[in-house]
Amino acid sequence: MSEPGTPARKGKGKYELDERLQSYKGVWVFVEHERGAVHPVSWELIGEGRKLADQLGVPLSGVVLGAPGLPTRRFCEEAFFHGADHCYLIEDAVLANYRNEPFTRGLTSLVETFKPEILLLGATTQGRDLAGSVATTLKTGLTADCTGLAIDPENRGLAASRPTFGGSLLCTILTLNYRPQMATVRPRVMAMPDRDASRRGTITEHPLGMIETDIVTKVLEYIPDNRQDTPQLPFADIIVAGGRGLKKPENFQLVWDLAMVLGAEVGASRPVVQAGWVEADRQVGQSGKTVRPKLYIAAGISGAVQHRVGMEGADVIVAINNDAGAPIFDFATYGIVGNAMTLLPALTEAFRQHIAMARVAS
Amino acid sequence: MHIVVCIKQVPDSAQIRVHPVTNTIMRQGVPAIVNPYDLFALEEALRLKDRHGGRVTVLTMGPPQAEDALRKCLTFGADEAILVTDRAFAGADTLATSYALAAAIRNIDRDAAVDLVFTGKQTIDGDTAQVGPGIAKRLDLQLLTYVSRVEQVDIAQRRLRVQRRAEGGVQVLETRLPCLITMLEGTNEMRFASMDNMFRAARCAVRIWDREAAGISDVSKIGLKGSPTVVSKVFAPQARARRAELIEAEGDAPRDLALTLINKLFTRNPKLRDAIVAQPS
Ligand SMILES: Cc1cc2nc3c(=O)[nH]c(=O)nc-3n(C[C@H](O)[C@H](O)[C@H](O)COP(=O)(O)OP(=O)(O)OC[C@H]3O[C@@H](n4cnc5c(N)ncnc54)[C@H](O)[C@@H]3O)c2cc1C
Ligand SMILES: Nc1ncnc2c1ncn2[C@@H]1O[C@H](COP(=O)(O)O)[C@@H](O)[C@H]1O
Repeated sequence: MSEPGTPARKGKGKYELDERLQSYKGVWVFVEHERGAVHPVSWELIGEGRKLADQLGVPLSGVVLGAPGLPTRRFCEEAFFHGADHCYLIEDAVLANYRNEPFTRGLTSLVETFKPEILLLGATTQGRDLAGSVATTLKTGLTADCTGLAIDPENRGLAASRPTFGGSLLCTILTLNYRPQMATVRPRVMAMPDRDASRRGTITEHPLGMIETDIVTKVLEYIPDNRQDTPQLPFADIIVAGGRGLKKPENFQLVWDLAMVLGAEVGASRPVVQAGWVEADRQVGQSGKTVRPKLYIAAGISGAVQHRVGMEGADVIVAINNDAGAPIFDFATYGIVGNAMTLLPALTEAFRQHIAMARVAS
Repeated sequence: MHIVVCIKQVPDSAQIRVHPVTNTIMRQGVPAIVNPYDLFALEEALRLKDRHGGRVTVLTMGPPQAEDALRKCLTFGADEAILVTDRAFAGADTLATSYALAAAIRNIDRDAAVDLVFTGKQTIDGDTAQVGPGIAKRLDLQLLTYVSRVEQVDIAQRRLRVQRRAEGGVQVLETRLPCLITMLEGTNEMRFASMDNMFRAARCAVRIWDREAAGISDVSKIGLKGSPTVVSKVFAPQARARRAELIEAEGDAPRDLALTLINKLFTRNPKLRDAIVAQPS
């Protein structure tokens, strides 16, 4: 993106799209999968892509690349259930594992043949690897880690917003006389759309035109992470998070105690992670994880923008902070002004009793 | 082995402040540092040099003062430094940046063939992770992103094996040299600058290339002109209309506050209550 802070003149006002670019139509979402499962970010993007496509009055397509033997048709069906009208499918044995070279070739070839105006990918290790390569191959614009996507009413172009300057400000980025307009979005930034299993769509198959000996890089092995050991913060329904307001590492145990009673994951603000009170995997925010729980309890967290962008998608936010002027009260659902060191144990106890009673009653 | 490491000078974002009233960035006095992610790339390159011999060239595109960042890299043990700087590069987005850096690397390669290019995972100011893949595509190099470990380099066979962070696991990849690696953070620890290197860095001449010296003739590919994306506006995050509903209780006893909160929370979100009660204890 351009040097932040210097909005370019050419970004303003109406402009005429080159004739050869006017044939680019439709919104596409790259459907990412690994080990036989689609990454949820793809469905989140289908949900967001649906809105953009409706606004433009164009179809929404999923793009599925994979090897025969993988459930690629089921992935297409799932894309329809989540809102896509159509899918492009490339099936080829060399697409068995994600690799940059064949995936770049496949996606680039689809774009050149079918010309979408907008192409969205998840900002995951796979999506970013692929997006950067495809955008450079196509010589078009790519905006990373967007937090908001909209259609610029004047030019029918994609207006992609993302944090800038370490997250204290946002900027909107346009891709002018280039197509497709590409963007990546982090998991959990967009809401998961409703799944409707009665929705149907059509599939267009496309050849890859590559054989294994064309491809230089080989996957020798894939070592899956031990899921038990890695916190699954982005997909947790309930998160209890603590910040610097807890003062001492020992006090962080109060967060764990409440989380235990609620069956919640534990999150943290950056200073707490940097001080080594909890693992880096638990950091919520711009340089940590984006989360979307049903309930987020923040204790001793001020609510700085960089933290806020990672958690404001929560359905309900409860803030505990002894400073009534803390910014977190500007966007939390419920606030308790008070000392986290006494309130956390009180909450743990009250929740414990409530749950015990409810279980006895049922 | 000849390794090029692309580094960028960035403002230390931990020290950037936004003016509370005007919403403008207060840059004064914010120190410039080497992009922290790039140090993992540099250290990995230096380790390969320690093991296999050869040399490490650090490369940056930026304003004249970016020379300081290059000197910093020399103190850690890089052999040579090149600054690509020209007014024509101003306003470059990632596509234009990768064009200029790729041109410079081609130039370096003509002098002494390049076996490996390293970049950081991403910058802390641009934060896109796009420049590395962009350079690889432009130079037709094999691309290895998010590398957590360089397992093996076989210079005679021109082969390389790495571990790459993928979604939900680690890929072990084997490829051919030359290739481009974007290095994951936290994978190694930067060495201390040695006295020798500090002296050498102070004396060593940083090579300064303008557009022409970098081998770029087509000005339509660089700077603002060569950038498909433009920033149309910069704005502050919206304040939510609604402030938090403050929970109050007689005497503010923690227990009463907790009960009041739970009561409100569960009455208004019965599904949440059911989910919490239903989870296995
Ligand atoms: C580039 C960049 C990226 C960043 N990324 C992230 C990120 O991903 N995640 C993140 O969290 N931060 C991030 N930050 C840091 C962010 O700007 C804030 O500094 C950080 O979120 C503050 O953490 P905190 O709220 O825990 O600490 P503080 O801001 O120190 O707030 C502590 C709060 O606790 C309250 N408190 C004190 N005592 C008590 C008590 N006894 N009971 C209750 N409350 C109490 C205080 O009133 C205060 O509001 C980033 C910054 C930069 C520059
Ligand atoms: N101006 C630049 N000069 C040299 N290297 C750069 C420059 N910009 C980006 N890079 C490299 O590309 C990586 C990714 O940057 P970015 O795409 O901005 O997140 C960085 O970690 C650097 O290694």
